[in-house]
Amino acid sequence: METTLVSRRSFLRASAIAGGGMLLAYYVEPITEVLAQFGPPVTLLPSSFITIAPNGIVTLIAKNPEIGQGVKAMLPMLIAEELDVDWKDVRVEQGDLDAAKYGLQIAGGSTATPLNWEPLRQVGAGGRQMLISAAAQTWGVPESECTTTPGRVHHQASKRSAGYGELAAKAATLTPPDPKTLKMKDPKDYRIIGKNTANPDIHKIITGKPVFGIDFTTPDMLFANYVKCPVFGGKVASANVDEIKTLPGVKHAFAVAPGPDPSALAGGVAIVADTWWQARAAADKLKVTWDEGPTAKQGSELYASTAEEMAKKDPGQTLRKDGDVDAAFGSAAHVVEAAYYYPFLSHVPLEPQNCSASFKSGKLELWAPSQTPASGVGQTAKALGIDQKDITLHLTRVGGGFGRRLTNDYMVEVAYIAKQVGVPVKLLWTREQDMAHDFYRPAGFHFLKGAVDANGKLVAWRNHFVTFGENGRFAQSAGLSGEEFPSRFIPNFSQLSSMMPSGVPMGAMRAPGSNAIAFVMQSFIDELAHAAGKDPVQFRLDMLAETPLPPAAPPPGTPVAFAPVPFDAARMRGVLQSVAERSGWGKRKLPKDTAMGVAFHFSHRGYFAEVAEVRVTGGTKLKVNKVWVVGDIGSVGAINPTAAENISQGAVIEGMSHVMGYEITIDAGRATQSNFHQYPPLRLTQAPREIDVYFLKTDNPPTGLGEPALPPMIPAVTNAIFAVTGKRIRSLPLANQGYSWA
Amino acid sequence: MSYKLTVNGQPKTVDVHPDTPLLWVIRDVLNLHGTKYGCGMALCGCCTVHLNGEAVRSCTTPISKAAGMHVTTVEGLSADGSHPVQVAWQDLDVPQCGYCQAGQMMSASALLAKNPHPTDADIDSAMDGNICRCGTYLRIRKAVHKAAEIAAKQTKEPAAAVHS
Repeated sequence: METTLVSRRSFLRASAIAGGGMLLAYYVEPITEVLAQFGPPVTLLPSSFITIAPNGIVTLIAKNPEIGQGVKAMLPMLIAEELDVDWKDVRVEQGDLDAAKYGLQIAGGSTATPLNWEPLRQVGAGGRQMLISAAAQTWGVPESECTTTPGRVHHQASKRSAGYGELAAKAATLTPPDPKTLKMKDPKDYRIIGKNTANPDIHKIITGKPVFGIDFTTPDMLFANYVKCPVFGGKVASANVDEIKTLPGVKHAFAVAPGPDPSALAGGVAIVADTWWQARAAADKLKVTWDEGPTAKQGSELYASTAEEMAKKDPGQTLRKDGDVDAAFGSAAHVVEAAYYYPFLSHVPLEPQNCSASFKSGKLELWAPSQTPASGVGQTAKALGIDQKDITLHLTRVGGGFGRRLTNDYMVEVAYIAKQVGVPVKLLWTREQDMAHDFYRPAGFHFLKGAVDANGKLVAWRNHFVTFGENGRFAQSAGLSGEEFPSRFIPNFSQLSSMMPSGVPMGAMRAPGSNAIAFVMQSFIDELAHAAGKDPVQFRLDMLAETPLPPAAPPPGTPVAFAPVPFDAARMRGVLQSVAERSGWGKRKLPKDTAMGVAFHFSHRGYFAEVAEVRVTGGTKLKVNKVWVVGDIGSVGAINPTAAENISQGAVIEGMSHVMGYEITIDAGRATQSNFHQYPPLRLTQAPREIDVYFLKTDNPPTGLGEPALPPMIPAVTNAIFAVTGKRIRSLPLANQGYSWA
Repeated sequence: MSYKLTVNGQPKTVDVHPDTPLLWVIRDVLNLHGTKYGCGMALCGCCTVHLNGEAVRSCTTPISKAAGMHVTTVEGLSADGSHPVQVAWQDLDVPQCGYCQAGQMMSASALLAKNPHPTDADIDSAMDGNICRCGTYLRIRKAVHKAAEIAAKQTKEPAAAVHS
């Protein structure tokens, strides 16, 4: 089966076609929209990434934004492996934004591995080949007789050898080889890939060096805060900016009209001062009359009641239909109906949104903690009316992404402010501003009906998904694919959707779509397993043993790049069986009030199954004792095992935050929650004592890990709660249903 | 207003409004950027520093309350990463994004200074005020224990000791 991500070249050629709503409704992977904004493909050259000093020290460029997902080690590891150097001789530097040299520079969609596995190993292999050529030419011997050991080229016959540092100057003058001619290492010979490799910034982090966007300074810098209307889409009618200008340290205060794209530059008031605290203190004295706009009439209660009404009516869209669902419900042994709900979520990276900018002589320089810097430069150029060529962008380390920094509103804001004030400016949002002006994970409503026959086989499934969108086009990350599992594995199946409009900004959050859908699908599957009187693992294995119906044909003209990656049941059976074995599913005697819950999910080309062992005391006090995670992300397992374990454990922790504490409610067109007391991330005492992480190695290309470990965790916990209490969790989060962590 | 305080062993004089939080004096006046802003309400612990040896949230500590006191920031643990907490954090590769980790290390080092052999419960209690949005808590727990071991070893072998 074809699971390789298509080559970047064809991917990008296809991207121009990707804007259409029809296509988007068909293929729900929001990152493709982001990727589609990038320029033409480039060939990655060894000289762009590799610098070798005469002493043999190799400096490698890490091209993508580092948001904590570990690419600053992982991507250079791919180069270093094929270049054939010792990692101890490698230094890693962050590359600036430079599409001509580095191609795509993005942190999103768990794409770093699938998009770079081939090209960056080719960069390394190309560099190695150039060093071999330099040695062969120097010694007057055939290249084919030369070999390498880490950092050295050898000619066995003449017993000559030279370090890379000695050969680098000559190698740099040679023409890079055609990547197609390069022979890559046999994986059994890997010295770096698959080995624990330290975070290149670790020493800077533990000694408090300035590595994040918020840390960037220049001697003549001013500090800004930007106050926006609490109602989404609102703008300034009037403001006391003259009074604000008289406050201590304040150098500038001015109202800003919404830009050509208000999602990139919303209306607001900029306050620029000698220190950030002065700007922030002045913001407390700001009095604005806002033109709140139409969203002020919207809120979570309206959305919920509208969803209830829409669920009673015919759906707006049929995403997929197989067999005859109604007939199957009529003849089934057990029919289950349930309504599921999940809320809006804010990303809350711990580093609040910020960016620095300097505008001098028509040129803009940016220091940006962004996941999509090129996209941000495009938006900035448009908002400022300048050419993209006049913008230089430096990537900083990013204090958490989670999808929040796929959008670049903070970048456009600071660029606009810096252009006005003529000196370098650092813009920093408060935590409250960060929570009030997010691109939220969309809330969603699912109205489900399912049936099992007398043998306990799942025979019918209908899901009417009420979500946000307009004119047949889902809001960002509010979509659902007709192909989403259990699609194709149930003979009578319909996936339906209806959309309501909303003024709430929405966007991708770690494992977009999946982070909500897994909860719904895997919980309802659990309900049906219970109705069938079957063990939840066995019921799932039985489902996965069905011969799947064929995937839907893509709409006419869909480029291959945008065809969905089909769900591979064999890979999911593999992780599910493995996690059942590792957790001792059904084999261990568990303490009182304790049970295990299971779930799996396929997203971002990764297959994950997870088991949570949960204790529930007094019916509502929860303790997650231990979690088992098994993933299948291809042939290598984990490229950097220490980082892979860390990020998978983090995905589990984040899933627990979704379960208990995370909810943004909208009232009168604004977010109700303002800081961590109302929107609590999981804390250390609440974290499990153990999270077992294991990767199967399968004969598939390596794929990404930033996201796919998260979605199954949520239903694994809620299914475990059911197993203890008999109470089915159909809505999140649990904190507003009387639950708390023990 | 002018305030005198000692930061990482160095005497400093700063001229700021009395309401200015210690965090913003550290970051924007003294240009020490290891201490982070996360919430401004003492909810996340990113801004944790030691004030006369006690772990405090510098985002809600006005400079007027810190005047005359000894402040230690992450930069003051050691410049070369040799403090036992820093060594443990590096050895166990604790950070993901790394943004919260200065605050985590400051809470951990304050705990270990008073309680050289903390139990899991002691660690939970001392570290619960520090949010890690990336979820590195399992490694943080291990790293505190490891730092305690490193510090104990250094106490036994004074030749290898490092100052804190």
